[in-house]
Amino acid sequence: MTSVSTQPLGRLTRPARRGASRSTARRRLAPGRPVPYGKALGPLLLLAVWSAGSAAGLIEPRSLSAPWTVVTTAGDLIEDGRLQSHLAASAQRALLGLLFGTAAGLLLALLSGLSRLGEGVIDGPVQIKRAIPSLALVPLLILWLGIGETMKVVTVSLVVLVPVYIHTHNGLRSIDNRYVELSETVRLSRWQFVRHVVLPGTLPGFLLGMRFAVTATWLALVVVEQVNATSGLGYMMELARTYGQTEIIIVGLVVYGLLGLASDGLVRLTERKVLSWRRTLAG
Amino acid sequence: MAADTRGLTRTKRGRAAVRIHGLDRSFENRKVLDGLELSIREGEFVALLGRSGSGKSTLLRALAGLDHLVDGKGVLSAPDNVSVVFQDARLLPWKRVLDNVLLGLPGPDARERGRAALAEVGLADREEAWPVELSGGEQQRVSLARSLVREPELLLADEPFGALDALTRIRMHELLRKLCERHRPAVLLVTHDVDEAIELADRVAVLEEGRITADVAVGIEGPRRHGTPEYAALREGLLTRLGVEAQDRPILEEAHA
Repeated sequence: MTSVSTQPLGRLTRPARRGASRSTARRRLAPGRPVPYGKALGPLLLLAVWSAGSAAGLIEPRSLSAPWTVVTTAGDLIEDGRLQSHLAASAQRALLGLLFGTAAGLLLALLSGLSRLGEGVIDGPVQIKRAIPSLALVPLLILWLGIGETMKVVTVSLVVLVPVYIHTHNGLRSIDNRYVELSETVRLSRWQFVRHVVLPGTLPGFLLGMRFAVTATWLALVVVEQVNATSGLGYMMELARTYGQTEIIIVGLVVYGLLGLASDGLVRLTERKVLSWRRTLAG
Repeated sequence: MAADTRGLTRTKRGRAAVRIHGLDRSFENRKVLDGLELSIREGEFVALLGRSGSGKSTLLRALAGLDHLVDGKGVLSAPDNVSVVFQDARLLPWKRVLDNVLLGLPGPDARERGRAALAEVGLADREEAWPVELSGGEQQRVSLARSLVREPELLLADEPFGALDALTRIRMHELLRKLCERHRPAVLLVTHDVDEAIELADRVAVLEEGRITADVAVGIEGPRRHGTPEYAALREGLLTRLGVEAQDRPILEEAHA
């Protein structure tokens, strides 16, 4: 406290503690360095609470089975092949729906983005379709297409179509007009223009749309497989509900979660690969 | 079609690469070009000076055939093979440097010619780079290569060095002059930089309110340096034309005299 006396105006000085230079350091407001495996922290904590609750008998097994029951059930389901066959049925619907929906969304977005007439004809109906929740169309689709595979694939396609269309169309429309001018001055043909300028310029938007689409695919699948099905993950869970087999329902949920994460990761990986020209910008 | 109603005809080679007669262009009833007359001979380098809003870019866009929805009439004849260098390098960010140079270029030997053009602008070793990895000056050199590889009869340049720093600009002037001497296209360089115009061009035209109000041959033999009396006189005259009064000017000439 000796320093106080040297201040004629009686201004407060900090007493010189250990490492006096630190007194000039600003308080850090940013969250700081990331914790190793920080992202796993939340899920692990949840798992711990779940396990502890089940072990202590605080969680009723009929409401939520214990984690180890879920694991052994999953093992049994894999062993007798039921999980694989349901998963294969679901994956087939998802992939077909994703394929048709993506193709349709992409084609419509290109047609509507590249010509004013196309925009007039296509954009309105797609926006109307967007306003109606796709799953609300299921009753109508059942009447039209029956309860078979066609209805399921068409429903998934319709769900996929919207985000692919919206983001691709938006990506296409936000291509800089300067590039259009450039294409005119180097005399690109219509097709060359689409190939060298439109498609690559639209790719970021399209891939963003795909990320929404893959997540939506699994969502649509849950619904159509619970409406009327004799196979698929949704059917497996619905059946388990009627027998009160909570553990099977949980296995289904976990598989859905893993599928969602995996497909999102796949699209992100693709994004990073094909948009490497942007990665250099991000460093 | 629309071209006929506007009297727009594109002729093949003649002794004049560009012939413009009575060219009008207007935006929302405001005349931007008003009975403009200009011709450029084959291989001639013309610099077009003018203040902002004088119609420089409108004229250039008319020559480049980029003014689709603009009202106007007049006779405009330009070669078929026109190439444009924009103020921004305008490289497609998703194409590597060489592919940017080759954009829309036909022919089996296109790649070879593209490589040669890149070598000419001193970027032979960057052909696999992405545009974002280049500096502003390098990007503009790629854009020059993209224009030159097309062997244009008319090269249009819209303030191509406006966005570059002063040192890079000096080097780009040198490069452009060399390239033009070698390839001999007719050049219309739009700029607002009087020194750039005098250093590079055979002829300097001044555009004011949609008309050419001055059109002078540079006619300085040998290197064009600030200190020489011819340079100073020309600069003086052009600046006066552009409405810059003597007291506003930096005392460049006196310092050299």
